[in-house]
Amino acid sequence: MLIGHQPKDFLLAVSGLTVSFDGFKAVNDLSFYVEDNEIRVIIGPNGAGKTTVLDLICGKTKTTSGSIQFRGQELTRLRENEIVQAGVGRKFQTPSVFEDLTVFENLEISFPRGRTVFGSLTFQRDAAVKQRVEEVAEMIFLKDRLDTYADQLSHGQKQWLEIGMLLIQDPDLLMLDEPVAGMSVSERAKTAELLNRIIKGRSVLVIEHDMKFVEDIAHKVTVLHQGQILSEGTMEHVKNDPKVIEVYLGH
Amino acid sequence: MIINSRFFNRSELIGFLALALLLFVILPLSLDIFRLNLVAKYLTYAFVGIGLVLCWGYGGILSLGQGVFFGLGGYCMAMYLKLEASSVENTKIQSTPGIPDFMDWNQLTQLPFFWKPFHSFPITLIAIILVPGIFAFIIGAAMFKRRVGGVYFAIITQAIAAIMTILIVGQQGYTGGINGITDLRTLHGWDIRTDHAKFILYFVEVVLLFACIVAAQFIRLTKLGRILVAMREQEDRVRFSGYSVANFKIFAFCAAAIFAAIGGAMFTLEVGFMSPSFVGIVPSIEMVIYTAVGGRMSIFGAVWGSLLVNFAKTSLSESFPQLWLFGLGALFIAVVLAFPNGLSGIWQDHVQPRIDRLLAARKSKPGNGFSVADGAPAE
Repeated sequence: MLIGHQPKDFLLAVSGLTVSFDGFKAVNDLSFYVEDNEIRVIIGPNGAGKTTVLDLICGKTKTTSGSIQFRGQELTRLRENEIVQAGVGRKFQTPSVFEDLTVFENLEISFPRGRTVFGSLTFQRDAAVKQRVEEVAEMIFLKDRLDTYADQLSHGQKQWLEIGMLLIQDPDLLMLDEPVAGMSVSERAKTAELLNRIIKGRSVLVIEHDMKFVEDIAHKVTVLHQGQILSEGTMEHVKNDPKVIEVYLGH
Repeated sequence: MIINSRFFNRSELIGFLALALLLFVILPLSLDIFRLNLVAKYLTYAFVGIGLVLCWGYGGILSLGQGVFFGLGGYCMAMYLKLEASSVENTKIQSTPGIPDFMDWNQLTQLPFFWKPFHSFPITLIAIILVPGIFAFIIGAAMFKRRVGGVYFAIITQAIAAIMTILIVGQQGYTGGINGITDLRTLHGWDIRTDHAKFILYFVEVVLLFACIVAAQFIRLTKLGRILVAMREQEDRVRFSGYSVANFKIFAFCAAAIFAAIGGAMFTLEVGFMSPSFVGIVPSIEMVIYTAVGGRMSIFGAVWGSLLVNFAKTSLSESFPQLWLFGLGALFIAVVLAFPNGLSGIWQDHVQPRIDRLLAARKSKPGNGFSVADGAPAE
């Protein structure tokens, strides 16, 4: 299994990752490593390839070349649902919840049991499921709305619900794409509080534009520009990097 | 808190009982055998409709080729009946006695290999389920694993329906061609052409229909039913919740195919023949229209839709044969534009609330003022 020199056991090791769309390299020879329990924020100007990186890790977009190792497992060869089962959770930029189902049912579908066709036919809504759903619903401020259909929720509540759906999967790596975008000020504060609680005990990869928010949560920041890493390190380091100021923060 | 604690909620139970009363008591008592046999014919499409509710209404997979599976079920049954009708004594005037008449007309001297298993009644019953099931699985696996969906899938199923018709018509010696398989007489030695047999077959069919309704309701209430709804709305979210979306679509498509095949097999028994005119594009689309009119989100709606549209078809095409197809088209457009959830949607939005209000008003008279709010599809 272990071939060649393995310097350290990273949770996620992205190396030489490249994807090209009709010759345009949206992500170009990108390498970065995420450790256990690390909060990594990816920032960068529009079109830098941030969302594409998440798409590549979760299997939504196929890589052109390069490798993504997650706990020593090569993700580029797995299908999306297998990547989820390996322990990678993904939140999309626009809230994607099931509007014709209730909050309870939304969370229940994400509960990691009975994921095959016959498993889901014989799935029982037992005490363990109910307890876990209620637990998560409380965390995402939707405890009183378990029977509400998701289309009745506000934009912010939908975002929380989707975060809750990831939480119930209990992934080792949580990937969030602009979790506070489009939220009101009070929702933003609550979301920050929520994120601070849920990132314990797992690694998180976040794309975010809100610098205040980034500073609050990031252990390490990766700045992307034109599909490549412009700078990487602590927030302090990145903020003072002249290249970063030039292309991103300066504007 | 617990949403689906009962198998049928109150309004669904009423819908179930009303349908049972109509089909088991009212219609058999009030109609003569000719009309009852017509109802039996209409009801064979209800099987297709129930499958479409699961596959299209819940799963969002529009199949315009359900006639293929209806036909496969019907042909399996017809092949058995035809072999029984083609005994050596019955066919001794043929140049090769013991094979179906159309084969003899097409200079075949031997029964084709794929006809041979249909000498056995148990194998025929298994084939009615398995042949369409496996065929649907192959189509489903080929399409859904490659992420072909939506309108592209609908067009491909339509193409398959066309191909199937051409194949059946073209391979006259093996399939009976454009005339289909006709002159069917007995089922396991029991004459199916008598009025008494038609009466019995009607009840067999209604029992099977209710078995299918219960099976569909079971699927709908499991987590699989909710995943189908979830898939229809946010396919990616289902995928990134750890499910293989393709497998769930294949399941829904196969289930719909099997329901359709049971309907097809009953059709052969009720009507006494099977032909490619129930396989192609037009019948397949008509089956979708029955479901749309009844309400694609409602299992009972699909049954009502099949009954009512076919009843209208028979009455109107008797008096205005040229106008019927235009009427059907207009009906479909009207339903899609004005009532996307069909008759069941109208019932649910306009009739049910009134009944609830009436009941609530009566209940609140003695003093307890709680209102009933069981807003699920009734019929």
